[in-house]
Amino acid sequence: MTNTQKEPTLVVLELVGGNDFLNTLIPYTSGFYYDSRPHIAFKPEDVLPINDELGFNKNATTLQEFYKKGKMGIVQGVGYPDSSRSHFRSRDIWHTCEPDKVATEGWLGKVIRDLDPNKENVLTAISISRGLPRAVVAQDVPVTSIGDLDTYGLLTGIKHEDKRAQAMSIFEKMYSPYTGAGMVRDYLKQTGRDVQAGAEILKTVPGMYSSSIEYADSPISQNLRDVARIHLADLGVKVFYTQHGGYDTHANEYSGHEKLMIDVNRAVKDFFMDLEEHDAAENVIMMIWSEFGRRVVDNGSGTDHGAGGGAFLIGNRVNGGLYSEYPSIEPSKTDNGDLAFQYDFRGLYSSVIEQWFKLDSPSIVGGNFEQLSLIN
Amino acid sequence: MAKTDPALIAHLYRRAGFGATYEEIQKLSEFEYDEIVEKLLEPEQVEQLNLDVARRYHLELNDTDSVIPQKGEWIYRMVNSQRHLEEKMTLFWHYVFATGAGKSMHYPASTTQIETFRDLCLTDMKTLLMALSKDPAMNFWLDNCENHKGEPNENWGRELLELFSMGVGMDNSFNYSEDDVKMAARAFTGWSFTQPLSVYPYGAYPSEFVYLEEDHDDSIKTFLGNEGNFNGEDILDMIIPREATARFICRHMYTFFVADEPQVPAWNIVPPQDPEAIKVLTDKYMETNGDIKEIMRTLLTSEFFKDAKFRKIKSPVELMVGTMKASRTLEFPEPTFVGLALTATAMGQNLMYPPTVEGWHTGREWIDAGTLNERINFAVGQFDSGQAPGLEDMINEVEGRGNLSSDGFVDVCLELLGYVELGDDTRETIYEDATSQGDYISGTETKNRLTTTLQQIVSSVDYQFG
Repeated sequence: MTNTQKEPTLVVLELVGGNDFLNTLIPYTSGFYYDSRPHIAFKPEDVLPINDELGFNKNATTLQEFYKKGKMGIVQGVGYPDSSRSHFRSRDIWHTCEPDKVATEGWLGKVIRDLDPNKENVLTAISISRGLPRAVVAQDVPVTSIGDLDTYGLLTGIKHEDKRAQAMSIFEKMYSPYTGAGMVRDYLKQTGRDVQAGAEILKTVPGMYSSSIEYADSPISQNLRDVARIHLADLGVKVFYTQHGGYDTHANEYSGHEKLMIDVNRAVKDFFMDLEEHDAAENVIMMIWSEFGRRVVDNGSGTDHGAGGGAFLIGNRVNGGLYSEYPSIEPSKTDNGDLAFQYDFRGLYSSVIEQWFKLDSPSIVGGNFEQLSLIN
Repeated sequence: MAKTDPALIAHLYRRAGFGATYEEIQKLSEFEYDEIVEKLLEPEQVEQLNLDVARRYHLELNDTDSVIPQKGEWIYRMVNSQRHLEEKMTLFWHYVFATGAGKSMHYPASTTQIETFRDLCLTDMKTLLMALSKDPAMNFWLDNCENHKGEPNENWGRELLELFSMGVGMDNSFNYSEDDVKMAARAFTGWSFTQPLSVYPYGAYPSEFVYLEEDHDDSIKTFLGNEGNFNGEDILDMIIPREATARFICRHMYTFFVADEPQVPAWNIVPPQDPEAIKVLTDKYMETNGDIKEIMRTLLTSEFFKDAKFRKIKSPVELMVGTMKASRTLEFPEPTFVGLALTATAMGQNLMYPPTVEGWHTGREWIDAGTLNERINFAVGQFDSGQAPGLEDMINEVEGRGNLSSDGFVDVCLELLGYVELGDDTRETIYEDATSQGDYISGTETKNRLTTTLQQIVSSVDYQFG
């Protein structure tokens, strides 16, 4: 099966909990690094060097591979001023681009609205996870959320065909727009209509898919497999969102973070191989990010919440390389003991919005931010 | 003649419990409203749910290397326990003190924690926070076992202040500083738990709180402007009487029992929708030193509570349990019982695995295209087999009413599901469909017709509210 769709598609992978950037891309020749992390440092022979100063965590094999091929941009020290050390606040800020107030609309929700202003496709955006991340939420923007693609469908419990058809027709009437229903009811009704429309289309996807790639059993691999299956079905999905949890490594970081790195690297590798096998990788980029980095000095077995972190952009059309500067880990140059932020994440978003989707970014990210030349 | 409006009782039981059947509501309506509330507030007067049969049928409940069966048992309790408020408040504290089992994978610690919430759910804040501070599941979840003298780990110290007591602040002002977080962390150094024995070969052993004096930082600390050689309990004694704590916990109670508020991270910026109600509850907290039963009495008997019918989006377990109470499809520990936890997960509520320590995002955030689909499919499924014992009761009730107009037939169905109220739009569609089937002649095609209408109601927008 060959994918003919060439519209730009973005896959966002959120590492939830605050990925330890310092132990992902490691300043393996810095004495400060080893001084700061007596319990969880990677020895020089355990990193995959990319230059004389930096090397990947030995488990980040896929990241290293993409980097070597020039297909991954690394945004170093990404964050925002006065970084919040609270997971929830920081994720909110990244999801909504609103550092000063709690906003209800997410940046991708606005992107989706601009990509499909007339809501011609209920499947412009798909989230593969339990629950909808705020990044993709915006009023009147349909986003389909799928837990398990294989069992997805509406009123599938009604076995009798005529009865189900009748129930579907009543459902359609009950969920049709109605003036004065109120905001929450409107949202529910819209969601119900999206479910009905999306489910009918999505039920054809599993049957269309075949691949030689055997994904791992881990949740992140299975999620990315669902992304691949849907992408290959050519349904006009332009934004995929998925999450990988567990990065809040306050304790036992050495073994805990190792498993996370192994799982996510395997998943990302298999995902892109799957797309390559179907000649469908050209129009896909993946953005991997996390709400903050972690504290420079370890706490004996893990690390506490930090500030600046790192983001990764992967794909054939990405200009590979290092962007911004690696934050100093010299104690006097840190942000209260954390990696200082060097580059505003809203600039990264702007780069993707303008260079990939060819949309205006200021109204989405709330201003003009310095872009990086990440995409060709 | 009923002393209390059955629709109000249905509301009370949806909130202070997980719902009630039509028969139960009719019996309760013989009592005054306040008497009904008093009974709910005294769960120990009611016999505990007997779990012997469930445990005999489900030997996997004895396994300690998985927690999915135990979560199924929890849902079974929600359906069948006659201690309605106790079971609901157990869930409430799980929301507020959100602890995940996935990090420790020491499941007895997680089930023990839920048991602790069940035992203490109607006591007072000091009792609850002391138990929480000593709870091994929480201790591991927020790394206090890694919080050492000279090497503090501030995870527990921070969340205790941010999420379990005072909250960040309100009106953009702050209740505590970064230094207070560090001091709270230091005060809790040495609060740890006994390392459980190896899981192999006999499964996980329980773990218990232990205080390691040699690991406790006993230097002078400054916390919220006070100076002293503070230990963990001193920190609790300083935060529990604060009005900030009263307000924060009462706002949690309001959003859980009365009407959906915005998510917790918005609370320092967005004022409550009903500041008067929060004030009434906060005053009661301050007057009683955080006596939960007293605050709940005030809440459940208030006018703002009685006026709040259908102003909440049901959480996944509320939707599931409420529906199964009506359909009576889980009165016996059916073979399917173990899988129920997975169904709740698909709807976005994986019990004992809250997404973060902040707990679940609630209200309309329960609903997205994926979860709405699951909710509807589940609710419709409870009335599909035609075998539901609840359906038999409903057939009897409907047939007992004699002939009914088509509208009247729908009205009875709404009563049977807990006096559900429909918006005009839904009402129009369902009435119209009923009209097309003509008037109901008692005893004719009752089951078929009832199933159709019940399934329409439970797949409606309106049924998502409780």
